[in-house]
Amino acid sequence: MTEPTAGPPAATDPAPGPAASTTARSVLKIEDLVAGYGGGDVLRGVSLEVAEGGITCVVGPNGAGKSTLMAVISGLLRPRLGSMMLDGKTLVGRSPRQILRLGVVHVPQNHSLFRDMTVRENIELGGYIVSDRALTARRLAAVFEVFPQIADWAGQKAGSLSGGQQRLVEFARALMLEPRLLLLDEPSMGLAPKTLRTVFDAIRQMNSAGTTILLVEQNARAGLRLSSYGVVMENGRVRLSGTGREVLENPEIGALYLGGAVSTADPASHCRPRDCAVTS
Amino acid sequence: MSVLLRTERVHKSFGGVRALDSCTMEVDAGTVAGLIGPNGSGKTTLFNVITGYEKADAGQVYLADRKITNVAPDKVFGLGIGRTFQLTRIFPSLTVLENMLVASRHARAAARMRAMEQLDFVGIAGHHAALAGTLSYGQRKLLELAYILVADPAVILLDEPAGGVNLSLVTQIADRIRELNADGKTFLIVEHNMEFVMGLCDQVTVLDSGTVVAAGPPGIVRTDRRVLDAYLGGDPGDGPDPGEGT
Repeated sequence: MTEPTAGPPAATDPAPGPAASTTARSVLKIEDLVAGYGGGDVLRGVSLEVAEGGITCVVGPNGAGKSTLMAVISGLLRPRLGSMMLDGKTLVGRSPRQILRLGVVHVPQNHSLFRDMTVRENIELGGYIVSDRALTARRLAAVFEVFPQIADWAGQKAGSLSGGQQRLVEFARALMLEPRLLLLDEPSMGLAPKTLRTVFDAIRQMNSAGTTILLVEQNARAGLRLSSYGVVMENGRVRLSGTGREVLENPEIGALYLGGAVSTADPASHCRPRDCAVTS
Repeated sequence: MSVLLRTERVHKSFGGVRALDSCTMEVDAGTVAGLIGPNGSGKTTLFNVITGYEKADAGQVYLADRKITNVAPDKVFGLGIGRTFQLTRIFPSLTVLENMLVASRHARAAARMRAMEQLDFVGIAGHHAALAGTLSYGQRKLLELAYILVADPAVILLDEPAGGVNLSLVTQIADRIRELNADGKTFLIVEHNMEFVMGLCDQVTVLDSGTVVAAGPPGIVRTDRRVLDAYLGGDPGDGPDPGEGT
């Protein structure tokens, strides 16, 4: 067991991942977040940081609070307690639109394209808050550079695409705002197994192009393998964190998914990039 | 111990998606059985096939020795299998008691008395005059349980009874299940709350991609590597190791 420690991680730490190779500047810093619906709390004191340039993956059993965390970050649900800072600016109290303007773009779990519009029109809509048409055109070109395969479908109705293709178009649409932080909520949900590779490759492509990603993923193995950092949530708290491999290989992950003996000394949850392992 | 409910090599596909793939499982009479598995593993589809809400493409479903494959839902209910749904199906603009009387299909004094007894048993008799739509989510789950008890089913299928329910009501639901089981009712429960499942069930069956990957007592199942593998998901390809992908 390693207690999480404060302060930036040591630059000499040998753990892999781009965020690990620097001093892991945090884009997003969340502390002691409490949120829920009606009378109950779903998030019960979540703390985590998202390192710039990396992919941070949040996994956990159903009901752990993963999607609620995404909703709180993007302003769809107001937290009851806690703080969220994006590059030092607070997100708490801001509307979803204001948070979007700060650069947090949320791709939700359910398919969200306009089925009767073309792929190109859907992607262009992603830049709806950009009033400069030339800038929109440049960004569209940049998006097609990241996802060249989408150019072949540009004139098709979005509703005619497969589930995996629609997911890629949703990613492309999100890139139109050049997000400071891209939130991906269960991108593999409902997709056929052979499509998963395409979607995970696309996430890797976006990250390689410089996008910082916070990923919630039901396919924990695939998500953690893809990510610089992994976080396991359970019952509204962060219970494990570390590099993707550390989290996957941690024997406690079984108990978190299947119940049973998990250390319960102090459920306080805090994850900083690079410097925490188990928080329980 | 005799087998009360059995599925035998059941197949069910939706378009190109195979939801159940030769799914064979058993529930012994007088037990509380759990059915678990990751999202999309086929749990609710199996419930739907057993209770006639979906037709099996192939395979059989048996209640004791009676074949009930693809029998209509109302007939399955009449044969002794009651079920609840993941999202509760109540009549929100009727009172709680009226919901119960709909289930019993008549409003005679005896039926009202019986309905009140069931509401009392699940702990919501005090709300009998309230519109069902005003109940909390957990109370609605309890109403659904009371609702199916009207038909005195031999087997009760519960689809996520603890999902979205606060802790005190989860305990209340678990207590009612234990009491009904002590009175001879057999249960098959789909639930993501592992403490609930593992603490309540005698046997647990694990589905992954529509197939049973493990079955046995909770203590054995929770330590079965195949079960954890099912929950953690498969790797879609030969991607890089953690940390190399960014």
